[in-house]
Amino acid sequence: MASSTPQRMRPLSPHIQIYRPQLTSVLSIANRITGVVLSFCAVALVVWLISVAAGPKAYSTIHGFIRSWFGQILLLGCTYSFFLHLCGGIRHLAWDAVYGFELRAIYTSGWTVVVTSAALTLITWTACMRFAR
Amino acid sequence: MGKELMRSPLGRALGLGSAKHGVEQWRAERVTAIALVPLTVWFAAASVVHMNSDYATAIAWLRTPLAATLMVLLLTALFCHTALGLQVVIEDYVHSGLKVPLLVAMRFGCFALTVAGILAEMRICSGV
Repeated sequence: MASSTPQRMRPLSPHIQIYRPQLTSVLSIANRITGVVLSFCAVALVVWLISVAAGPKAYSTIHGFIRSWFGQILLLGCTYSFFLHLCGGIRHLAWDAVYGFELRAIYTSGWTVVVTSAALTLITWTACMRFAR
Repeated sequence: MGKELMRSPLGRALGLGSAKHGVEQWRAERVTAIALVPLTVWFAAASVVHMNSDYATAIAWLRTPLAATLMVLLLTALFCHTALGLQVVIEDYVHSGLKVPLLVAMRFGCFALTVAGILAEMRICSGV
């Protein structure tokens, strides 16, 4: 009986792709994407620690890569991902504590996350330039 | 409202409802997140300071009791949080037979990296 039913894909209701991106949805997926990016940064942290434990030669190899233009671009991406996930995470913790659920508060905290994480990235890199001298 | 009031006598007798420990993972993700706020900010600040440090300076810093303690705490909380986060990502997007092997591999990876990181830190502390 069941075999007489034609096998075909069931229709799907419209999903997220039909909606205009909003700050709330963009920050939601950004928190997840930066989380995945930071997983790779966590692996890099262990690789760096192992290079320190392995000796000066491995250390200078790793630092040579970090100082290359490709390493610097990766590091900049990691820095911004870190601050976005940090600020976004604090926003989530506030929500978990049942603060800031009004639409106004959600947009205020959302833009605060965007601006603060960009500012912290800028401050960190400015400080890096200073220490690099 | 007490949770027993929310459940029907039949549901209680049949043992229906949640597995009773689902909330623990959710809670652990938040607790590790709170721990990671000071730990990651410490590491980020220290990284800026040691941006151009030579090998001797970097190793001297990692050997200080404070840095060694915070590094082990960072590794532990970081990979715990990473495993919980990646678990949700895998569960949301992988619906094939690959899901469970991927979850297990991810868990193994996180455990292995925690151990490798802590061992590296211990080796640094005990003198390479």
